[in-house]
Amino acid sequence: MQDWRQNKLVFGVLLLPPTAWLVLFFTLPLAIVWVYSFGKRGPLGETLLAFSFDNYLRAIEWINLSILLKSTWIAAVTTALCLLVGFPLAMGIAFSPGKYRNVLLLLVILPFWTNLLIRTYSWIAILRTRGYVNMTLEWLHGKLDALLGLFGAAGALGKFQPLELLYNENAVIVGLVYVHLPFMVLPLYATLEKLDKSYLEASLDLGAGQWRTMFSVMVPLSLPGIATGTLLVFILSLGTFLTPDLLGGPDSIMIGNLIAQQFGQARDWPFGSALSFLLMYATFIFLWLKAVISRREGGVSY
Amino acid sequence: MTRSASSRFSRRNFLRGAGIAAVGLSFAGTARRGWSQEERKLNVYNWDTYIGEATLSTFTERTGIEVQYDLYANNEELFAKLQTGNPGYDVIFPSDYMVATMIAKNMLMELDHSKIPNMANIDPDPNFSDPPFNPGLKYALPYMWGTIGIGYRKSAVETPTSWAAVLDSSEHSGRIALLADMRAVIGLALKYLGYSMNSTNEEEIAQARDLLIKQKPHIKTFAEDNGQDLLLSGEVDLCMEWNGDIVSAMQEDDDLSYVVPQEGGMVWIDNACIPTGAPHPENAHAFLNFINDPEVNAEIANTIRFATANKAAKEFINPEDLANPAIYPAAETIAKSEALIDVGDFTPVYDRAWTEIQAA
Repeated sequence: MQDWRQNKLVFGVLLLPPTAWLVLFFTLPLAIVWVYSFGKRGPLGETLLAFSFDNYLRAIEWINLSILLKSTWIAAVTTALCLLVGFPLAMGIAFSPGKYRNVLLLLVILPFWTNLLIRTYSWIAILRTRGYVNMTLEWLHGKLDALLGLFGAAGALGKFQPLELLYNENAVIVGLVYVHLPFMVLPLYATLEKLDKSYLEASLDLGAGQWRTMFSVMVPLSLPGIATGTLLVFILSLGTFLTPDLLGGPDSIMIGNLIAQQFGQARDWPFGSALSFLLMYATFIFLWLKAVISRREGGVSY
Repeated sequence: MTRSASSRFSRRNFLRGAGIAAVGLSFAGTARRGWSQEERKLNVYNWDTYIGEATLSTFTERTGIEVQYDLYANNEELFAKLQTGNPGYDVIFPSDYMVATMIAKNMLMELDHSKIPNMANIDPDPNFSDPPFNPGLKYALPYMWGTIGIGYRKSAVETPTSWAAVLDSSEHSGRIALLADMRAVIGLALKYLGYSMNSTNEEEIAQARDLLIKQKPHIKTFAEDNGQDLLLSGEVDLCMEWNGDIVSAMQEDDDLSYVVPQEGGMVWIDNACIPTGAPHPENAHAFLNFINDPEVNAEIANTIRFATANKAAKEFINPEDLANPAIYPAAETIAKSEALIDVGDFTPVYDRAWTEIQAA
């Protein structure tokens, strides 16, 4: 591989298409949004170019900040749950015999290819009042009632009350964990696969138990994968708006929904732009934290 | 042996003749089309479940124009799409207050009434033929109209007489759905409190906001356009919805009913318009003329169960629909109800109140 300094022309030409793409479709629109964020809203909802910090001042009012904090909380819970579920899953795939590995990976990736909207709608069908979970519980309730009836205690369980599983924060978290699981599993799998298994064998030989080996040897060594997966899931679930829109209730509005409203119903693009940049600064802070953490940790780099 | 050069059946002559014939045929084709004629296509942008079952196919049969049909969920979505320039739509269906906003921003094309002879079929009542937001029907033609009220399940709740049933009562907690529409919900809360739906008084809006925040624990969800589906599936027993949606749901489940509470509801008229920059204005005018044909309009009304603004179509509409007060409300109901007006610079105040309601 040549050092790029030796052949700057080739390097420049090769770099041109991706740079042009990035500038045209990323930097330029972002710059437009940034300019809008300093603008003013006209009486009929049009955007007037101006120079005022009003939108940012409004964006950090408590009412909007509280929504951002709630979104951060939901994203954090989602990330933690994804890690809890994703780590054993990635371990299982990484330590499985070679011939099963591809099939297992496919099983994780395949739902990914289905449209996000359909996957979220399917959760509505499962969680709603007459959805699959409640229907199953009702059936069990009926069977239990019949059983108790044999002992002369029919009706002891009372009338079946369906669980309120949909249109609240818990439903949003369930939906988010389901959608973002592949983002956690795949980086973790990549890290765990490259792990030098001899470290684990050495630890077991030296007398550490299975759990001790896992927490003291494997987890620290796979920290880069955990960091990547955590970051991906956190940032994606912070800005999500589809899942809280469909599965959430009156108490689970997230920052993504708020921004979408500004560009829709409220017709206040300058304020929406300011909120978007607030979200972006928050994201940059977390990215910076990740860079700091991964520089300090050793571990397997890839 | 040489053939004579002037033989008329040599291969070269045959090929030459065929080539000239082909060129001639292709020119003949373009001459038939004409350079100034539009291509036979039309892009329509409409609300969901808001057109008849056979309307588009009949239109294509009669005129040969293919229709591309797209959907939007509310006026603001329509406005956001067209705000930065028409992406290629020929016919749109905004509501009354949105028509006013669009006219002010030069987003609608003036209609050529000579191309729409079926305009004569429109109800001569001044609310339809000469509304304040669209005098002389210069920019839009009325399409369907209706109300927003309460849809409910008869066996689960007693008939609601006031908006209090959904806005101010803990009686059916967790079984209530409201619209996810800022102006509709805050407007009807204002109406319940006795103020105007288009209030520009910050005090009044603050009261409406506090009322809704107090009611929030009892609301199951803010449904965008599917309140009737939630009613049907048993998710909620009371919902704030458009009348036609509830009437359509009533077809599938006769345990449902619709009522406009005593404080009055919201009355609205949707209009068919041609946005500026439409690529096929001729076809658009033909379409507007087509949907005002009495039989076509009646077929639409019989499918979507909304009230039509077309007087001649009433001849072909189901008599039960004409007698149904949910679809064609009595005059007193309309008198008590109000139509939305764009409040312009005051919208951020509504928006702030709406955000506070949602974040509470």
